[in-house]
Amino acid sequence: MTLSLDIRHRLGDFRLDARFETGGGLVALFGRSGAGKTSLVNIIAGLIRPDEGRVGIDDAVLVDTSRGVFVPRHKRRIGYVFQEGRLFPHLTVRQNLVYGRWFTPQGSRCDDSLDKVVELLGIGGLLERRPGRLSGGEKQRVAIGRALLADPRLLLMDEPLASLDEARKAEILPYIERLRDQARVPIVYVSHSIAEVARLATTIVLLSEGKVAAVGPAAEVMHRLDLFPLTGRAEAGAIIEAEVVGHDERFGLTELRSRAGVWRLPRLDADVGARMRLRVRARDVMIAKSAPSDLSALNVLPGVVADIAAREGPIVEVRLDCGGEALVARVTRYSAERLGLAPGVPVYALIKSVALDRRSLSGPLQGSVGGEASDA
Amino acid sequence: MEWMTLSPEEWTAVRLSLKVAVVATLVSLPFGIAIAMALARGRFWGHTLLNGLVLMPLILPPVVTGYLLLILFGRKGPIGAFLADTFGIVFSFRWTGAALACGVMGFPLLVRAIRLSIEAVDTRLEEAAGTLGANRAWVFATVTLPLMLPGIIAGMILCFAKAMGEFGATITFVSNIPGETQTLPSAIYTFTQVPGGDAGAMRLTLVSIAISMLALTASEVMARLANRRLDVE
Repeated sequence: MTLSLDIRHRLGDFRLDARFETGGGLVALFGRSGAGKTSLVNIIAGLIRPDEGRVGIDDAVLVDTSRGVFVPRHKRRIGYVFQEGRLFPHLTVRQNLVYGRWFTPQGSRCDDSLDKVVELLGIGGLLERRPGRLSGGEKQRVAIGRALLADPRLLLMDEPLASLDEARKAEILPYIERLRDQARVPIVYVSHSIAEVARLATTIVLLSEGKVAAVGPAAEVMHRLDLFPLTGRAEAGAIIEAEVVGHDERFGLTELRSRAGVWRLPRLDADVGARMRLRVRARDVMIAKSAPSDLSALNVLPGVVADIAAREGPIVEVRLDCGGEALVARVTRYSAERLGLAPGVPVYALIKSVALDRRSLSGPLQGSVGGEASDA
Repeated sequence: MEWMTLSPEEWTAVRLSLKVAVVATLVSLPFGIAIAMALARGRFWGHTLLNGLVLMPLILPPVVTGYLLLILFGRKGPIGAFLADTFGIVFSFRWTGAALACGVMGFPLLVRAIRLSIEAVDTRLEEAAGTLGANRAWVFATVTLPLMLPGIIAGMILCFAKAMGEFGATITFVSNIPGETQTLPSAIYTFTQVPGGDAGAMRLTLVSIAISMLALTASEVMARLANRRLDVE
């Protein structure tokens, strides 16, 4: 799937001027509140008619103002999961789920898909209830199911977790991962949470004040130092793709291997061979010039300094190249000078195992992942 | 209990009143929904004018409304003549005229109740239905209409009750012809104008009270059912 968008739109004082093109998987529209994320998905869904521009999915043109093309929302086959669910209160969960089917062409719908989606989202026990009696997390899962069953060619999710507490978020995130990996429907996911984006995104579109600041594979956009002011300094960091290689039962540790080296984390409920994504925040990474001994931090990864962000203030961000994988460290300018950090200098990155943000750990659908240990 | 038995003439008045009220309510319903929809959602020139026109019968003396109907819908009136010649629908001195008068008098109540319920419908639910593939007609039929049902029921009950009690406009427009245009209130009025009519007036009054109570109870029950369907917590 290719989603291409090039639009200009005015909403009061706010100007949206965005242009990007992305492939399949999960595209995260990421940016601060008021960056224009929701307006952008509303334009894709057909809820807003842009002043000027073009929107297309593969060969299908949805909007082209220069040719007067505007496909109405009900003909776009774009599923939309809203922030507030928007379930129909007068219908049961089952009727909500099959609502879109009435309008799907007979040929393209398969009858076992209801069971599949119900199973995928774990909502089997709710079918005869009415939305008024569901919890926030249940409502959102039903809303996802309802959008999926309309057989969309693209699924839009506008901060589907924003109205939920941490426990409910942890409950739903694995389902969204499953969706991304199993349902084979491309997803555009709007979020201002870096933890969600780091965990879910294949591609990131970074929005700032109505403009596209960056587009690219998740890991690349996440460790670009120049974007840190936009992604949020305190939470910014790198994304590491790693594979589970073993468990240390005696100490309750899990060992993962990435291109940067071996990582040890408190025991994860994941099988050997499972692929995981770690978010390593810049503020959790220390830098040493020589390989330290007698150290409590378990993760010591050799690398070289690739880049240092030039900016004012007492703190600088340093991007490291560890075996072809990027890590970012946030250190004081004082330390950077004292260690003589400059591009090409060999260093060691030190990361405390317990500092790794468990909430952003993605992987197989299992209870303990993203569960108890919060870093806050 | 001999005096409680209705005479054939009184039965005729009761039946006629029910027929007139039911027809008036059902025929005005689609127009009421359409105009309530336009007033609640539409932005067009003449919005305020239309609103005023619909509410007018509520404020005007009923006799004035009846007289205006006589001028417009009478055998020689511009609309009345057109309808009689084209569709063969005659209003003057017929029960259909009584139904028209009752419908016009009940219309403001019907429209107001429905309009309020439309304004309470969350348009974001309609957007959601649109993204699921429903065109505007389907969105209206499957989302908007069910959600405004409590308002429609309330409006219909109000309109029906108004129609059952309508007197001034009806008697001005179609007079008081037994068996054709003599509705319950007209019949009661006639009884009070003749010597020895007290018993008849009392019987019809009791019937009137009974019908009103029934309508009110029915509206309560239906409103509760509609709310339970929405699962309001």
